[in-house]
Amino acid sequence: MTVLGTDEATADRGAPVAGAGAGAPKRRRFEFLYFALRNKKLIIGLSVVLLFVLFAIFGPLFVQHPLTAYGPPRHTPSGTYYFGTDYFGLDVFTQFVYGLRESLFVGLIGGCGATVIGMTLGFISGYKGGLIDEGLNVLCNVELTIPGLVLLILIAGFLHHTSPLIEGLLIACTTWTWSMRAIRAQTFSLVSRDFVGLARLSGEKSRSIIVREIAPNMSSYLFLVFILLFGGSILVAASFDFLGLGPAGGMSLGIMMMNAADWSALPLHTWWWFVPPGAAITCVVGGLYLANVGLDEVFNPKLREL
Amino acid sequence: MRRYLLRKLLIYILTFFIAATLDWVLPRLVPGNPIQQLLAKIELQPGTYNATYKLYMHSFGFDRPWWDQYLSFWKALFHGNLGISIYDFPKPVTSVIADYVLFTLALLIPAILLAYYAGNKVGAMAARRKSLDNTVLPVGYLLTATAYPWLALLLAFLLAAGGIGHFFPISGGFAYGLLPNWDWAFVWSLMTHWFLPFLTLFLVAFGGWAIGMRNLIIYELESDYTHYLEALGAPSRLVRKYAYRNAMLPQLTGLALQLGVIVGGAIVTEVTFAYPGLGYLIFQAVGNDDYFLLQGIFLFIIVGVLAANFIVDIVYVIVDPRTRVGISGA
Amino acid sequence: MGLKVDQLRICYRTLRGDVTAVDDVTFDIADGEIMGLAGESGCGKSTLGNSLIRMDVRMRQLGGRVELDGAELPISDARAMRDYRFKVVSIIPQYAMSALNPTRRVGKMVSELLRSRGFDYKSALPEFERRVKLVGLDADILKRYPIELSGGMKQRVVMIVSTLLNPSLLIADEITSALDVSTQRAVGEMLLEFRDRNFVKTTMVITHDLSILAQVADTILIMYAGKLAEKARTDVVIGSPLHPYTQLLISSLPEVGVRHDEHTLVGIPGRPPPLLNPPSGCRFRDRCPFAFDRCAADPPFVEVQPGHSVACWLHADGVSPAGGAEQC
Ligand SMILES: Nc1ncnc2c1ncn2[C@@H]1O[C@H](COP(=O)(O)OP(=O)(O)O)[C@@H](O)[C@H]1O
Ligand code: SF4
Ligand SMILES: [Mg+2]
Repeated sequence: MTVLGTDEATADRGAPVAGAGAGAPKRRRFEFLYFALRNKKLIIGLSVVLLFVLFAIFGPLFVQHPLTAYGPPRHTPSGTYYFGTDYFGLDVFTQFVYGLRESLFVGLIGGCGATVIGMTLGFISGYKGGLIDEGLNVLCNVELTIPGLVLLILIAGFLHHTSPLIEGLLIACTTWTWSMRAIRAQTFSLVSRDFVGLARLSGEKSRSIIVREIAPNMSSYLFLVFILLFGGSILVAASFDFLGLGPAGGMSLGIMMMNAADWSALPLHTWWWFVPPGAAITCVVGGLYLANVGLDEVFNPKLREL
Repeated sequence: MRRYLLRKLLIYILTFFIAATLDWVLPRLVPGNPIQQLLAKIELQPGTYNATYKLYMHSFGFDRPWWDQYLSFWKALFHGNLGISIYDFPKPVTSVIADYVLFTLALLIPAILLAYYAGNKVGAMAARRKSLDNTVLPVGYLLTATAYPWLALLLAFLLAAGGIGHFFPISGGFAYGLLPNWDWAFVWSLMTHWFLPFLTLFLVAFGGWAIGMRNLIIYELESDYTHYLEALGAPSRLVRKYAYRNAMLPQLTGLALQLGVIVGGAIVTEVTFAYPGLGYLIFQAVGNDDYFLLQGIFLFIIVGVLAANFIVDIVYVIVDPRTRVGISGA
Repeated sequence: MGLKVDQLRICYRTLRGDVTAVDDVTFDIADGEIMGLAGESGCGKSTLGNSLIRMDVRMRQLGGRVELDGAELPISDARAMRDYRFKVVSIIPQYAMSALNPTRRVGKMVSELLRSRGFDYKSALPEFERRVKLVGLDADILKRYPIELSGGMKQRVVMIVSTLLNPSLLIADEITSALDVSTQRAVGEMLLEFRDRNFVKTTMVITHDLSILAQVADTILIMYAGKLAEKARTDVVIGSPLHPYTQLLISSLPEVGVRHDEHTLVGIPGRPPPLLNPPSGCRFRDRCPFAFDRCAADPPFVEVQPGHSVACWLHADGVSPAGGAEQC
C-alpha cells in the first residue's frame, strides 16, 4: 500500500489546527496556554479554588479572636465577629479559617494519595495485562462495591484516634478505585494504539516511547483525575468529620457543621454557624469540577465550543 | 450472558468474603481489645474487673486461637448470628437491624430510582436545548459539589426549623407518642418525617445524573454512528433516540458505581434528621462502641449493596443486547 | 449531467480563525464516471466530500456553487439538504468501521433508518438481501451486532446500506484504508460493480492511496493543501503527470510487481503549509524542486489539454501572474 502521509489516523482524529504538530512539545505547550487562557470554565473554576486556597493560607492574618476566646454567645455576624459567634461565644470566622485549612489539607492528601495508588495500580494493570491485570481488576471491583464511607466508619469505629494525615490517607484508601479504572483504560488504549505501532515502525525502545509519548499524554489525564479526586475527598472528609469520626480536638468544615447540629443551631436559628463551612465546600468542590470540565476541553480539542 | 453474570456473581461472593474477613480482622488489629474498651465504660464494682473480663473474653471467644475464632465467626454468620447488641442490650444484632432496615429502604429506594429517572430525563432535555442547558449545567454541578450534611442542615433549617417555615418535622421517623399502626395519622406522620431526608438524597444524586446524562448524550451526538445517521438524512428524532439509549448504558454502570456514595450520603442524612434507619443505627453503634452491632450493620449494608449491584447487572444484560450475544459490554 | 462543483470554498471555524480546507475548487464528474480524489492526509479531501452531503457545525461555505443533475445542491442549507441525503447524495464515510450503531442489529438499524425516511423496510428487504449476497456476505448478518462483524464485513455493510436507494452521487471516503490488500481489491471491484449495475450514477472515490485509484477511477483529481493541483484521465495522471507534486507522488509509487519497501515510507520530504493563514503563492513552493520566481504568485488551474488541467506556472503559458485568480 502506498501511503502519502503516514499520519492519516492522527490527522483525521480532528487535529484542531491545520498543520499543527510539526514542532511537537514546544508548540503543544504554547497551544495549551493559548486555549487555557481562553477557557471561561477553567478560569472561573481555578479562580474560585485559588481564592479559597489563598484564604486558607493567609486567613489567620485576619483572625481577630483566638480559637478559644469566648465572647458573647450566638452573636449575629457583625464588624467584630465577621461570621458571628457560636453557642459558646467562640468566633465562627476563626473556626472557618482553621477549618478550611484542615479540610483543604485532608482533601489534598486524599486526592494525592488516591491518584498515586490508582495511577500505580492502573498503570501496572493496563501495561502488564494478563493475570496481574485480572487480579488487580478484581481487587478494584471488590473495593468499588464496598461503600467507601461505610468502610471508613468501620475502620474509624475501631481506630479511635485519627489525625488529619491519617484521615486523608484513609480516604485515599477508599477512593483510589476511580482513578485506577480510568488510568487502566487509558493505558490500555495508549498501549494498543500509538505505542505498539510506533515502536514497531521505528524500532525504538519501548521504554523511551513510554517516557516520551505515553507519559505526557497521561499527565494531562492524571491531572484531570487528581482534580476530581481532590474534590471528592473534601466531600467525603466533610461527611466523615460530620459524623464525629474526624481528628479529635481539631477543627474542620465538617466538624463545624457537626458542632452546629449538636448544639441546636437549627432550633436556635444560628445559621451563620453552619452556612459558611458548607458553602465553602460547595464553592471549592464546584470550582474544582468546573476547572476539570474546562481543562478537559483544553486537552481534548473535540470538546471545544465555538 | 451467562458468563457475564457468573463472573459478576463470583466477584460479589469474593467481595462478601473479603468484607466479612475485614469485619473480623479490624477489631483484632486495634491496640487493646474491644472488651477492655467495653469494660472501661461500664462501672464495675472494685475487684470484679478481672472476673468480668475473663467472662467476656470467653463468651466472645477471644481466648481461643485465631483460626478457631475465624472459623466460628463464619459458622455463626451462616446461622445468621451476628452477636448481641450493647446499644440495645441484650437484643440480638439481627433483630436490632430488622427494626431499622425498613426506614433505610423506604428512604434509599425511592431516592435512588427517582433521582436516576428524573436526572436522566432532565439531562437529556438539557443536551437538546441550549437555554435549559444553561441552568441545568451549573445547578447540576453545584448539587454534586454539595456535601450531604450541609444540604441536610440547610433543608432542615429552611423548611423544618423555621428559616422559611415549619413545614416538616425536624427529626425522627414518626411523631413522638404515635404508636406504629397503619392508620392515617401514622402514615401521614411517616411521610412528613420521610420527606426531607428523601429530598436531600434525591437532590445531590439528581445533579450527578443530570450532568452525566447531558455529557454522555453530547458525546454520543458527536460519535461516528450519529454522523452517519445524519449524513443519511435520519430525522433528529431517530438520532436522539439512539443517543439516549446508548447513553443509558454507561449511566447504568454509573448507577452501580454510585450506590456506595449514595449509601454514604444516606448515613449522614439519617444522622442529621435522626431518622431511624441503618445509617443512624451505625452512628449509634460507633458512638456506643457497640462492635457487634457495627460489624453486623457493615455486613448487612454490604449484602444490600451487592444485591443492588446484581439487580443492576441483570438490568444491564436486558438493556445492552451485546452482553446477550456473548460479548461483554462494559 | 453529473456533478458540477464551481469555485467551492469551505472553511472550519476554529478559536484561532478560519481554516480554509477547500479553497476555490472547481471540477465536474460525468454520469457513470468514477472520479478519484487523492492527496496527502489533511489536504481537505474529506472536507470536500462531506461538504457535498452534510456540513459539520464547524464548517461554513465561503463561496462557490454545486450543481447535481442540472439543479443546484443547497449544501449549506442543512434543512433542504436532508431530502437529498441518502436518496440523491450518499456517502460511505471515512469512519465506516464505527458508522453502525453498536447497540442495534444491522437489520434493525436499517429498518429504522428506512422507515424514518418514509420507506417501507419490508419491500426494500429482498433487494437489500440480494445486495448483501452480491458483496459476498451472508444474509444472516442482518441479525448481527456490529461488534460481531470483521472490519471488511462492516465496510461492505456500510457500502450497501449507503447505496441502497440508488443515489445519484456517491462519496466513498477512504473505503480501503482500514483493510488488508486482498480485501482492498475486492472492495474496489464492488465500486465498479455498483456503477455497472447502476446502483450509483456518479462516484467520487477519496483516498490517500493512489494504487486503488489506478484500479477503479476513470479520472483522478489531485489536491494539495486545500487547492486543486491536477486533474486528468487516470492513465494520463499515472503515465504522464504534469504537476511536480503529482510527478513526485507517482514516482514514489512502487512499480508494479516490484517491492520497494523502503520506498513506500519515504514520500516527499517536507510538510504542506498550514491551512490557517496559508502563505501566498504556490502552496507547493517550499517542497517543489522546480520552484522559480513566478511561483510567488498563485498559479491558476488551467486546462492545458482537453480534459487535463494543472495549477502550475510551468504549464501556464499565456497566463500572466497578475491574471491568476486572486483568492483569500
Ligand atoms: N473539525 C475541524 N476543525 C478544524 N479544522 C479541521 C477540522 N477537521 C479537519 N480540519 C482541518 O482541515 C484540513 C482538512 O482535513 P480533511 O478534509 O479531513 O483532510 P483529508 O481528508 O484530506 O485527510 C486538515 O488540515 C484539518 O486539520
Ligand atoms: S507553480 Fe512553481 S512551485 Fe508550484 S508546482 Fe509549479 S513550479 Fe512548483
Ligand atoms: Mg480524510
